Amino acid sequence: MFPAQGLRRPVLIGIPPGKKTSGQIFIIILNKPLKGNKCQIFLYLVDYQPNYLSMPNYTLNINGEDKNFPDVPEDMPLLWVIRDLAGLTGTKYGCGQALCGACTIHLDGKPIRSCVLPIKNIKDQKITTIEGISEDGDHPVQEAWQEARVPQCGYCQSGQIMSAVALLESNPNPSDQEIADFMKGNICRCGTYARIREAIKLAAKS
Amino acid sequence: MQDQNKLNLKRRDFLKVGAISSTGLILGFQVSCKPKVLDAGPLVEMQANAYIGLNNRGMVQIVVHRSEMGQGVRTSLPMILADELEADWDKIEIIQAPGDEETYGNQNTDGSFSVRMFYEPLRKAGAGARMMLEQAAADIWEVDVKECKAKEHHVHHSSGKKLAFGELVEAAKKLEAPKEEAIKLKDSKDFKFIGKGPRLLDGKDMATGQAKYGLDTQIEGMQYAMIKRCPVVGGKIKSYDAKKAEAMPGVNKVFTLDSPDFPSGFDKPLGGVVVVADNTWAAWKALDAIEVEWEFGPNGNYDTDQYLDDLEVKVKKDGVVKRESGNVKQSLMNADQVLTAVYRIPHSSHSPMEPPCAVAEVKGNVCEIWAPTQNPEWVKGSVAGALATALEKKPEEIKVKVNVTLLGGGFGRKSKPDFVVEAAMISKEVGTAVKLTWKREHDVQHDFYHACGVQQIKVAIDQDNKVKAWNHQTIFPPIGGTASPQAIQPSDGELGLGFVDFPFEVENICCETNEARAHTRIGWVRSVSNIQHAFATCSMMDEIAEARQMDAIDNALDMLGKDRIFPIKDLVESYSNYNEPIEDFPWETARFRKVIEMVRDKSGWGEELAKGEAWGFAAHRSFLTYVAAVVKVKVDDKNKVTIPEVHYAVDCGKVINEERVKSQFEGGAVFGTSIALKSAITFKEGRAQQSNFNNFQVARHGEDPQKIAIYLVPSEAKPTGVGEPPVPPIAPAIANALYQITGKRHRTLPIDLKA
Repeated sequence: MFPAQGLRRPVLIGIPPGKKTSGQIFIIILNKPLKGNKCQIFLYLVDYQPNYLSMPNYTLNINGEDKNFPDVPEDMPLLWVIRDLAGLTGTKYGCGQALCGACTIHLDGKPIRSCVLPIKNIKDQKITTIEGISEDGDHPVQEAWQEARVPQCGYCQSGQIMSAVALLESNPNPSDQEIADFMKGNICRCGTYARIREAIKLAAKS
Repeated sequence: MQDQNKLNLKRRDFLKVGAISSTGLILGFQVSCKPKVLDAGPLVEMQANAYIGLNNRGMVQIVVHRSEMGQGVRTSLPMILADELEADWDKIEIIQAPGDEETYGNQNTDGSFSVRMFYEPLRKAGAGARMMLEQAAADIWEVDVKECKAKEHHVHHSSGKKLAFGELVEAAKKLEAPKEEAIKLKDSKDFKFIGKGPRLLDGKDMATGQAKYGLDTQIEGMQYAMIKRCPVVGGKIKSYDAKKAEAMPGVNKVFTLDSPDFPSGFDKPLGGVVVVADNTWAAWKALDAIEVEWEFGPNGNYDTDQYLDDLEVKVKKDGVVKRESGNVKQSLMNADQVLTAVYRIPHSSHSPMEPPCAVAEVKGNVCEIWAPTQNPEWVKGSVAGALATALEKKPEEIKVKVNVTLLGGGFGRKSKPDFVVEAAMISKEVGTAVKLTWKREHDVQHDFYHACGVQQIKVAIDQDNKVKAWNHQTIFPPIGGTASPQAIQPSDGELGLGFVDFPFEVENICCETNEARAHTRIGWVRSVSNIQHAFATCSMMDEIAEARQMDAIDNALDMLGKDRIFPIKDLVESYSNYNEPIEDFPWETARFRKVIEMVRDKSGWGEELAKGEAWGFAAHRSFLTYVAAVVKVKVDDKNKVTIPEVHYAVDCGKVINEERVKSQFEGGAVFGTSIALKSAITFKEGRAQQSNFNNFQVARHGEDPQKIAIYLVPSEAKPTGVGEPPVPPIAPAIANALYQITGKRHRTLPIDLKA
């Protein structure tokens, strides 16, 4: 980066104090060489990342579209990338510890709790959110959900549907016990479990 | 009533409701389910009244002024309007009203009364709008309005011709809304929606991730905030170190909000260290990096084991009498048989799936809010008050607009304005819109909890096998203790929730209470003190049945006595009857009898069951609705409890939205199951020991009642609430069933057979 000409203790100045986020800044380096009176001034335009954490750019495939996310801390859970950065709010926050299932998305079709999946752990898998499981809300599970009038407050339903879709893809005709075992990671405080079972069985028939 | 007067407002007054945009919508925060707009040409709109707008594209805009938290008001209230209006269900758009009780009437959505309060007024609003359309058609056709009848989004003339609603808007716009006395309601036999339950208006949005909740709000320039609060209520910051947090990427500001003295009420923030950042994760990480030294304050030693032990000692002593007849003490002394039981229930938290959150944007004296609030008017007042203090102005000088979003669950948590005031204070500090998020840990650890408490019931049975005395004492820290240090005893209001209104015929009755101070914030959780009172009363009724060697339901019917109006108001100094005059909603034992008989007859009660299975019964009136429940409970060889069946018989007066009534009972059965078997918040050293859904447990798939049957009593009586009534009978019914299997009376919640 620096011309190799007898540099001794370059002085780094020009970083604005208190700058927290990354960006591009000017760096001015003054150097007085060992020999001679001339002062060397080097001007650089560099990317500044003050944090010890790596904040690279990420590209994720979400609902069939590649989306670029610059300067994201590598430990940011996918949930917050989806909600705060991509603006897709269908995936919900309920607990942040993979205890409630509200944040369920699909990674290459498999149900995953996005609240505990750091962005750095995503390779090139395809991410599907509730917004992406059908063109017009007409996935058989979504249609069954409407026919059975499942939702009450509706907040947990994105996660419930994502889990249900995955269940039916792996087990097209589940029993009540199989439904309970697969779905028990998805909490519904309003208590729509009975109708979720009904909708899953309805969707299984179609 | 205030509401009825709205209907006489002239057309011009309704424009005060809000600007009508060019797309024909009143500006509310959320618009959902927008069906296709037909036709070209200039848009013509009219506002028939505060709740109904129409345009010449044929669309009807219905304003819903109550908060939607899953109870279905955004379908049930439009149903009432649409039925009287004769509107096509597919041509309705709903608009959520901002906080404005002056225009819309009561917007405090708790206490199970949306339909109860607004059924009649909304019928009139719908009918009034219909009459304007019929008059408009009569004017256009130059005929007598008596020959014009609205039906299915058209007005028909007796000759056969018809005009669509959209075609009538221009003419109807010129008319005045009819006076209340002149309004003609539909014949109930002509109801299309009322009594049944149409497609959920929000159903598609909720199944496709399009429904927008408070936490989903995104405003231009918005920053994200979180607060680190003292783990002990009433504590304050001694010192804090935020250097690491401030240096983290995306963190913009760290500052403190003052912590008020305890008790501080329902609308004052607890205070603490605030982080404001570029996104939720940045705020989250920064919050974790902040170190705080706390002064824990007066509640630093709160230990619920000790507290409840102390109440258990106190409950056995004489208390403050709230209802008395005959001489209970003497009767107990002389009794042939005395039954005694002490019941103990823990705190629990509301914990809706969407934690408390709010977006606020303060610009000078003006604050706009987007929040999942159950009570927008209280939010307005509290935010105005808090900002007035902060800005050194008078509350009247602060303008607050509250946009009510969908609520990802409420259960009473989101009635309290505290979390919205927090957002407003932070926005004022940083000068941009701010989204404040409560993490689940914050929700579980800083809730306004359901009060923990202890009860004792003593019953005397004489040699004629009659119940001669009922002595019930209840002690719990009152809700008022959250706001006032003088509130150190359960209030008459809380005692009116299933305690003093014991309806059974017993000669000697004494209902007592005693002092208990609050050491945390106490709130109102779905059905409130009905939870503990029904648990104790219905459990003891089961013990009485056993002692009298009677079937539990036969015993309840026997003790209920002759059908009568239970004269509760004559028996106690104060009985609020859920804020309704007792003449309008009397305590009718005949209706209680009917649901008890109905659940007995329809549920399978009494049928032989396999080993490890048993029936349990409980019946309770709350929020003016009569509910009787029979549950079938199963215990396996590993002591795991499951609930194969719950049967409810319900008298909630006239059923308006049958489908949503049933969904509330289905959901309430699950909520009650959580209370019975899973949920507890315990305190040690002043702080809640639970933090998330791993240690604060709620019923999950498989733990819920597997089959729920609901039998509704057909009724033309005034509609009463269904949001809360399903909850109280479930825990005692489960406890009563478990007794049959385990041989033990379970008097402490949550019931843990493995303990």
